[in-house]
Amino acid sequence: MKQKTQTLALLGMCTAAAMILSYVESFIPSLSPGLKIGLPNVVIVFVLYRFGWLAAGAVSLIRVLLTALSFGSMLSLAYGAAGAILSLVIMALLRKTQLFSAVGVSVAGGVAHNTAQIIVAAAVMDTHQVLYYLPLLIIGGTAAGILVGIAGGILLARLPQKHAVK
Amino acid sequence: MAAENKKRRRDMLLIGGVLLISGIALLLTLLFRAPGDQVVVEVDGAVFGTYDLHKDAEIQIETENGGYNVLVITDGFAAVTQASCPDKLCVHQHRISHSDESIICLPNKVVISIVTHNET
Repeated sequence: MKQKTQTLALLGMCTAAAMILSYVESFIPSLSPGLKIGLPNVVIVFVLYRFGWLAAGAVSLIRVLLTALSFGSMLSLAYGAAGAILSLVIMALLRKTQLFSAVGVSVAGGVAHNTAQIIVAAAVMDTHQVLYYLPLLIIGGTAAGILVGIAGGILLARLPQKHAVK
Repeated sequence: MAAENKKRRRDMLLIGGVLLISGIALLLTLLFRAPGDQVVVEVDGAVFGTYDLHKDAEIQIETENGGYNVLVITDGFAAVTQASCPDKLCVHQHRISHSDESIICLPNKVVISIVTHNET
């Protein structure tokens, strides 16, 4: 029971940290629309490796919902949710295969995230024009995924498994 | 440790593969683009207007929910100079002149794209 409460509290903190990171990221200038580092994903990668896909999914979806409600719109909720869900599914599956490190997993997540958002944009705007951005966004997602994977790996190594929360 | 090294190598393969494929796709779209001659403006999937890329103009695009984008055509380039949307991504985007290039304003659902009619 104590373990469960601790985990719950920690996941709540992770959600808050992910939200703050989305806010912080909005201040980082972007080279092109849609190109972002995906700072909140550092937290998602950490939770995925430490607590599993269910916890990571919960943190990710609550983060997207709360961020859209506080700083965004219904439209940003649709984009955010599509990106978050597809990237989490891909990352959870790749992690299960044990083929890649956190870097490879988060690269796939970044690419999946951007692809999902482009598809939603194409559907919402009823145009295929946005698909021309896909190669650029995939390259961006790869670079972002490398950074996120390295940061997530550092976080996993630095925060010990038996975090003594007393 | 050996397992870690193997994972790292597979990471590199994954990253290399993704970059290679998207790099080729990017290169192909850059190579096969042609100078355009018309600017098509779509709002929410419906055509709002078509304009000549080689005639300087300033067009006010109004959307149903009260939003607007100002499209300016100068010297064969199209650019958005003003917009009602909060993020202003469309304003910060580079001006466009080649076929299939586009400026997109997600909040207003406005798509401005270049098309080529007289293929030579």
